[in-house]
Amino acid sequence: MDWNIIFGQALTQGFGVQAVIFALAAIGLNVHFGYTGLLNFGQAGFLAIGAYALGVTVATFGQSLWLGVIYGLIGSVIFALLLGVPTLRLRADYLAIVTIASSEIIRLIVRSVTYRETFGGSDGINGFASEFYELNPFSSGLALGPVVLSANDLWITVVGWALVAVALLLVFLAMRSPWGRVLKGIREDEDAVRSLGKNVFAYKIQALVFGGVIGTLGGFVFALSNQSVQPDNYATTITFFAWAVLILGGAARVFGPVLGSVIFWFLLIFVNIALVEMVRAGYITFLTSTQVGQIRFILLGLSLMLLMIYRPQGILGDRKELALDAR
Amino acid sequence: MPDEPSASNVRELTPTVEAVRAALEGLPREPGVSKPDPILAGSHIRRRFGGLVAVQVEHIEVQRGTITALIGPNGAGKTTLFNLLTGFDQADSGDWTFEGREVSKLRSYKVARVGMVRTFQLTKALSRMTVLDNMRLAATSQRGESFFPGLLKSLWGGQEKANTDRARDLLARFNLLAKQDDFAGSLSGGQRKLLEMARALMTEPTMVMLDEPMAGVNPALTQSLLGHIKDLREQGMTVLFVEHDMDMVRDISDWVIVMAQGQIIAEGPPEEVMADPAVIDAYLGAHHDRSLTESGESLQED
Repeated sequence: MDWNIIFGQALTQGFGVQAVIFALAAIGLNVHFGYTGLLNFGQAGFLAIGAYALGVTVATFGQSLWLGVIYGLIGSVIFALLLGVPTLRLRADYLAIVTIASSEIIRLIVRSVTYRETFGGSDGINGFASEFYELNPFSSGLALGPVVLSANDLWITVVGWALVAVALLLVFLAMRSPWGRVLKGIREDEDAVRSLGKNVFAYKIQALVFGGVIGTLGGFVFALSNQSVQPDNYATTITFFAWAVLILGGAARVFGPVLGSVIFWFLLIFVNIALVEMVRAGYITFLTSTQVGQIRFILLGLSLMLLMIYRPQGILGDRKELALDAR
Repeated sequence: MPDEPSASNVRELTPTVEAVRAALEGLPREPGVSKPDPILAGSHIRRRFGGLVAVQVEHIEVQRGTITALIGPNGAGKTTLFNLLTGFDQADSGDWTFEGREVSKLRSYKVARVGMVRTFQLTKALSRMTVLDNMRLAATSQRGESFFPGLLKSLWGGQEKANTDRARDLLARFNLLAKQDDFAGSLSGGQRKLLEMARALMTEPTMVMLDEPMAGVNPALTQSLLGHIKDLREQGMTVLFVEHDMDMVRDISDWVIVMAQGQIIAEGPPEEVMADPAVIDAYLGAHHDRSLTESGESLQED
């Protein structure tokens, strides 16, 4: 068994496009949960809107991909308003229920037979990404030791990390401003913030839109990297992975989601390949290589539990902040 | 801020305690009596919780520039009335004005913006924010509180600096300056009460509503809290506070309004009200046979 290859594969994934997608999804969640205290369990919905906006605009209506980007951003804002306006005046738990249901509604609509003409049913949509890859400035791929990327993979990965950098910069600038301070105040106690004359409802809506739009950027990257959109890629799994990434990296820290995403995908792939290789080499005899696929998620769950017990604030979080939670 | 003539200070020109009390001296001692210069006036305020009438106030007025205490036994509806007046709860009926302006339909944050700012019975310190950030949050009309201008520090940096200086001045007055970089959650109960009051002042209110400012505060801090409340009056603010501690009420209030079972049952200067048998009845539950309006003979207190 070749550790070089195992590390190479894990590194490729840890810094690859998969990590980008979940970093963006988790940066959005960080705005929602980490800074504002909103429980959004429907981040998959925001990604789906981004991905389908590209697919539908190009493949169904034959328009420009860049128009699709604009539609995706607008759709994301509208989705956030639809979720927020009825629920954000209520207690936090209602938003959680409504968001998880809404993201599933989106997935079920786009995979339905009725709208197959528009959304492609359960097969999804493909053949819409060429406009993006025509801009690819890289003529050849990247082969850096065990890390191997094709020219197209390299292009989407670079664009993806650039989007992550932009999102991080925006979050950093927003959260050091008085605007971000109001959000943190709302997270701590919204009645106190109200009593100081701030329109709490308007701030929550803005936070939901901001984080949702960042999630939608993740949806763009997801669709472009696969060069196809499939409805079942946007199931609740995405949301829960994004939460795991956020908690792992540390909520309410600008870099938390990015660090979380890199570590999450590196470990997930590393464990998977290492176990498969060990089974193949005969070091592990009580597992088959198909069982490894399940085992890694059991290990993932276990490590999240351990994390919550021994380091609930995540890798970058501040234990002191957490200890103060008793009011 | 000592010696800084802000707009509200100039207008009020700090009336003395004697002048404030003299203005109220000649008023009839009856529930809901009209004041010569009311800052807050309300009528027919009613709030039911299911079958329970929590608040049923026919008329209430609060004189400008006074410290008015709202007292009454547990369950009298004091906090509910507070919540209604500040927009944190919706009244079933009734209307009230603040500085002549109808505010009964306003949402809580708008009530705060017109200058009526409250604190809470259970202190609401923003735990995972520093003491200084708690203060800065409260400053009004901050340019950086909108999303896009917030991204550019050059647009709000100057204002932020001025707010920070003002916050530090206030913290120094409340003996919290040494704690400015600590998380508010690490403060003691009494310090949180101080912080909450200082934070309310950061909004430059004209009227401060304090819900049990003394609850859970140790005796050493009590005196300084009392001093701060008196200072508010000297700076021309009006204070309405709910309190159970009778010594404190006697010490600082110019006028006392007594509630029981959702209604105002008596009003007057503290000494007179506390000697009123109807009030003693309401608190102690004795003398069930006497009517609430009978207040001719006053009981001597010890």
